[in-house]
Amino acid sequence: MAASCDSLLPLVLLLCLSAQAVDRSNFKTCDQSAFCKRQRELKPGQSPYRALLDTLELSNSRLSLQLINDNNKVRLLLELYRLQGNMTRVKINELKPLKPRYEVPDVLLSHPITEALSVVAQDENSLVVSLGGKDQRLILSAQPFRLDIVEGSQVLMSLNSRGLLAFEHLRTRKDTKSESEQATGQENVEQQTDEDGQIKEDDDKPGMWEETFKSHTDSKPNGPTSISLDFSLPGVEHVYGIPEHADTLKLKNTDGSDPYRLYNLDVFQYELHNPMALYGAVPVLISHSTDRTMGIFWLNAAETWVDISSNTAGKVRVISSEAPQTDVRWMSESGIIDVFIMLGPKPADVFTQYASLTGTQSFPPLSALAYHQCRWNYNDQEDVKTVDQGFDEHDIPYDFIWLDIEHADGKRYFTWDPSKFPQPKEMLQGLMDKRRKLVAIVDPHIKVDSGYKIHNEIRSKNFYVKNKDGGDYEGWCWPGNAGYPDFTNPEMRTWWASQFAYDQYEGSMENQYIWNDMNEPSVFNGPEVTMHKDALHGVWEHRDVHNLYGLYVQKATADGLIQRSEGVQRPFVLTRAFFAGSQRYGAVWTGDNAAEWGHLKISIPMCLSLGLVGISFCGADVGGFFKHPSAELLVRWYQAGAYQPFFRAHAHIDTPRREPWLFGPENTALIREAIRQRYALLPYWYQLFYNAHRTGQPVMRPLWVEYPDDFATFSIEDEYLIGKDLLVHPVTDEGATGVTAYLPGKGEVWYDVHTFQKHDGDQSLYIPVTMSSIPVFQRGGSIICRKDRVRRSSSCMENDPYTLYVALGSQGSAEGELYIDDFHTFSFEEAKQFVHRRLSFSANTLSSRNLAPDSQFSTASWIEKIVIFGGSQPSSATLKSADGTESALEFEFDSTLAVLTLRKPGVNAAADWTIVLR
Amino acid sequence: MTCLHLLLTLVFAVSLGTPVEIQRPRGVPLTKKQFYEESKPFTCLDGSRTIPFDRVNDDYCDCKDGSDEPGTAACPNGSFHCTNAGYRPMFIPSSRINDGICDCCDTTDEYNSGAKCENTCKELGRKEREVLQKMAEITKEGFLLKQQLIEEAKKGREEKQGKVTDMQENKKQLEEKVEALRTVKEAAEQPEKEAKERHLKAWEGECSCKSIRLEKDKAKMAEAFLELDDNSDGFVSVSELQSHAELDPDADGTLTETEVQGLMGGAAQVDTSTFESVWTNIKDKYHSESQPEEPAPVETPPDEVKEPAVDNDSEPYPEDDISEEDDEDEDDEDDYHEDDDKVRVNIEKELSFDFGPDAEFTYMYSQCYELSTSEYIYRLCPFNRALWGREKNRPENNKYLVMKYEHGTGCWQGPNRSTTVKLTCGKETVVTSTSEPSRCEYLMEFTTPAVCQEPANTEPSPHGHEEL
Repeated sequence: MAASCDSLLPLVLLLCLSAQAVDRSNFKTCDQSAFCKRQRELKPGQSPYRALLDTLELSNSRLSLQLINDNNKVRLLLELYRLQGNMTRVKINELKPLKPRYEVPDVLLSHPITEALSVVAQDENSLVVSLGGKDQRLILSAQPFRLDIVEGSQVLMSLNSRGLLAFEHLRTRKDTKSESEQATGQENVEQQTDEDGQIKEDDDKPGMWEETFKSHTDSKPNGPTSISLDFSLPGVEHVYGIPEHADTLKLKNTDGSDPYRLYNLDVFQYELHNPMALYGAVPVLISHSTDRTMGIFWLNAAETWVDISSNTAGKVRVISSEAPQTDVRWMSESGIIDVFIMLGPKPADVFTQYASLTGTQSFPPLSALAYHQCRWNYNDQEDVKTVDQGFDEHDIPYDFIWLDIEHADGKRYFTWDPSKFPQPKEMLQGLMDKRRKLVAIVDPHIKVDSGYKIHNEIRSKNFYVKNKDGGDYEGWCWPGNAGYPDFTNPEMRTWWASQFAYDQYEGSMENQYIWNDMNEPSVFNGPEVTMHKDALHGVWEHRDVHNLYGLYVQKATADGLIQRSEGVQRPFVLTRAFFAGSQRYGAVWTGDNAAEWGHLKISIPMCLSLGLVGISFCGADVGGFFKHPSAELLVRWYQAGAYQPFFRAHAHIDTPRREPWLFGPENTALIREAIRQRYALLPYWYQLFYNAHRTGQPVMRPLWVEYPDDFATFSIEDEYLIGKDLLVHPVTDEGATGVTAYLPGKGEVWYDVHTFQKHDGDQSLYIPVTMSSIPVFQRGGSIICRKDRVRRSSSCMENDPYTLYVALGSQGSAEGELYIDDFHTFSFEEAKQFVHRRLSFSANTLSSRNLAPDSQFSTASWIEKIVIFGGSQPSSATLKSADGTESALEFEFDSTLAVLTLRKPGVNAAADWTIVLR
Repeated sequence: MTCLHLLLTLVFAVSLGTPVEIQRPRGVPLTKKQFYEESKPFTCLDGSRTIPFDRVNDDYCDCKDGSDEPGTAACPNGSFHCTNAGYRPMFIPSSRINDGICDCCDTTDEYNSGAKCENTCKELGRKEREVLQKMAEITKEGFLLKQQLIEEAKKGREEKQGKVTDMQENKKQLEEKVEALRTVKEAAEQPEKEAKERHLKAWEGECSCKSIRLEKDKAKMAEAFLELDDNSDGFVSVSELQSHAELDPDADGTLTETEVQGLMGGAAQVDTSTFESVWTNIKDKYHSESQPEEPAPVETPPDEVKEPAVDNDSEPYPEDDISEEDDEDEDDEDDYHEDDDKVRVNIEKELSFDFGPDAEFTYMYSQCYELSTSEYIYRLCPFNRALWGREKNRPENNKYLVMKYEHGTGCWQGPNRSTTVKLTCGKETVVTSTSEPSRCEYLMEFTTPAVCQEPANTEPSPHGHEEL
């Protein structure tokens, strides 16, 4: 839902009145962020850091030694770990900080499993550590300090090779000089004594002890605490990730522009194609070349900026003597350096490695993968009922209707507006009778109102975030004056979760799910529309935990939904703010976009970027949140959204209504068809999410993930793969009469899923389109299961039969999977109640074989039809059942398209069977 | 396997209440029974292919048109017929067969889903008959009331027309009396008159190439300029414009200096050449552009009471000729018959409204109807600012079922307010509900006897109940 505008607060009005697009002046540039400016002023060169090899300590799995900054004699502690699964962890902290520095908790699944390290060589200026497997070693150079990870003779990655390691140590403020000199320009000079008794001087720079942006002053009681480290990636031209930015999939060179910023912010009407921070942050960068895929996970929750510099940027790729290289530099305002280097070598390996650290995508209930109808706001119970009926009248399926902030009583979350929603259970029961569900919003800003139970309890339990002076932090948001619960506090989260119990949250029922918006957190009158950095979460400053706040909100909410069902039901929670690890708690969306073609286009790279860093359950507001889409844009957006993981239409309160049937019968039919295509493919989406949950492989993938050797795929962002078997090239241009799709894979074939036409891989293909076209191709060699009986909600389709679409590859074979469970509980995990089958076709034989023999689940679903593309006409088709009985199947063969249809095998979807064509 | 549960025979109760056992495949309406003969192969109703009869309702879609699976969900485009004895028969999409949701009141759509459906047809039929009966009563009474309204309106109209005639006669006499005086005065004002004519010519010359419509507009603009230029200095000033209260942009009853400056684009005064842009701002209000038989398009919807209610009398929407007379009267004449004129003008205005084919809406004139909700009080004043809805797709005789109020005050970040009022037959004249389906787009439901149709002669027998 909305950003900071359209509030009745005069203050916000002032902020936003003139804003047609983002008001950039509300948000800091690197120059305006004191630590970023200081860090960026450091230029590559000789590093002042030197490793003290004589301080080396080596235990079985941990290597540590001290680094000294020769300029100020401050010592750091370097720790190196070799982690299971081909990863290296590098931690750098102050050896003896004045007080502890923040280390991000709760993001890593557990302590990563370490593997033995051994020093294989050492001389006076270097140390060689074996990383095991494939001749991988880590070379530590002492002066200047530098780390190189090598494989054989090839350098994979270097740290501090440009000498940009910078660690602002904690220091005491010179009390004698404090007040007056700060006010007069902060020219004071600090002296510090190091352990050796040597004295060094550090010039104070502006913004070290206090920083003012617009009308907000950050008191910075800890002074400068920022950190920075550079990484060089030889041979790499393409880097991806570090969402969330409204920018291209391939990250751009930031020389001459601002770095990419990671700082969760509620950005009103965000602009496309720039590195400004948005609602969420995942500090994970993926590098890719034809040789290798790697990842860098910078575990830091403070404001972070990432500079990217490539020696090939802007150049046409010609054979040149200069080897390509990309340099990446991370800068964070506080905390420590804690970085995980994921060494791949294949894309799938990097995803596995990252998943082993932060977990995999939560497995959503099936209905969450269906279509969601949202609007700010569905006005009242009657409105909800009318819209629900509208879907049935127009025979359009949907699973969830959503209620935005107006549903609550005066924006007091966990309550209902007594006049608009007097009988929420009646409404929920009405939806349940149609096997549909509802999502209500619960935001983390709590109205300060002594008549509001939630507020009173949080206050009495002392659960609010504190301001710098120790009082409850208060800011303006939707309800007016609001407090912000301290979600970093585990007790607070436990209490929050308990509020979702059916006897606590009045009017709630089991078909009601939750949406967390504004959890950056959004503070209308705060600096950059968020919380003051000197606000306090226990002993830690907001500065330290900022990017983590939204993750905790979603985590606590998802825990609440699990607990209310006593651990039985899978939760569904949507969040706007997120961090590394947020994939474990639900879905994210790309925030308050606009009804513009550019926003439709950018939804693809934005969700692809999130998928690369673990967050598969991503979507953009279909239709665009702000502004009113033309019918053409709306239809195209439905067609694109139907093929993105999270499929929800949403609209701003000031826009005209846009339920799918309000744009004339032709457009209604087009939208209906797009949504129906989504429903038919739900078995495939569900299987991919199961796979993502099990393995960490993204659901929506850039082409290069599956075709890592094909350079032509590396920058493609107008098409993508769902899993590895469907290639989608949505139409995202106004008035388009055709699209050019790149079909990858030399020697492979692709089938148009609508026309069954066969196309060769490794070519750019022009596809003429009409308003009804959604260019989608199935990979030759794959088997996809669909449910072609589309009903009014996914729940209604649970027991329906499957149709198998077998697309033969150039070798005449194909493979696929089928996954079935109860679609909404944890039984699949806790009681192994599921069906997981391998479907394979080769040598004219199609068979279904159990992939999980120790699982058990019975399903009413059966196989109603099998469609085989790219085969020849058989003379007979024989079905062999598990009990050995054989029966002849009827079939039809379309010789022009080479499509064979087997009629009604009728076998249960969980059974073993074989079909032989002769 | 789920597909084997589909058998063909069903027992139906058909019309006239006589139970007759008719065999036909599940989901087939009686009217199509002849296409489904068990002894013969089945030909898809689109003729596309012929299949053995045992493939009808075998839970596999063989026909492109879905006609082989009238009783299963196998075909994406099929439909299922429920007889719903006791209520009305209907078709539902095949996808609603056995989806766990009771759609047919006779429960026949959920024969294999485990859904526990109850036969509610009798209850629904009873309720529907009650509703229809009630409606018929309301229509009957409402129609009688409407006849009274028509009668009253007719009388009232005659009276008022008589009054206007009298007053016009009266005025004529008065005018004759001042004629002599006027002649004297005009002689004294000869130079000013010449100047006016010069201006008029200049306007007309300019637009000779334009369409007649534009010329008319320009001529009106020129006239307006002359009327406004009270002191004949060739400029229209803020104070001169301010005397025209009807130009008030926010309709709060007062036309402030700031508002006038806004209308004048910030200028203190405008000459003939710059007046054009001012004219664009004011012409809708200044010179009623309404079509004959319709009131003027209006600026605010009849909405919340928190917005100052508009005083009918202070803002007449005069016809062109009336306004001219008004203006001439202002300076040149004594006031002695102004009150009479005002009454007459208002009556004439009232007479000019479209109060329906038989003037049955007359009684709403200058009435307001309120509805209180928890948040707002909504007030509807029908002929103050309404336009009959003339939705393009509607036949002309339905024109009186919708009123539209458009171009209301703007919403912040939203459209101008607008309201649609739907009229339905009722014994009383009341606003029954209001809603805001989209931001600042209001919908009101309004009952009145004036839209009640003459009840059908025969006793009400609901349509489409052949199988009741």
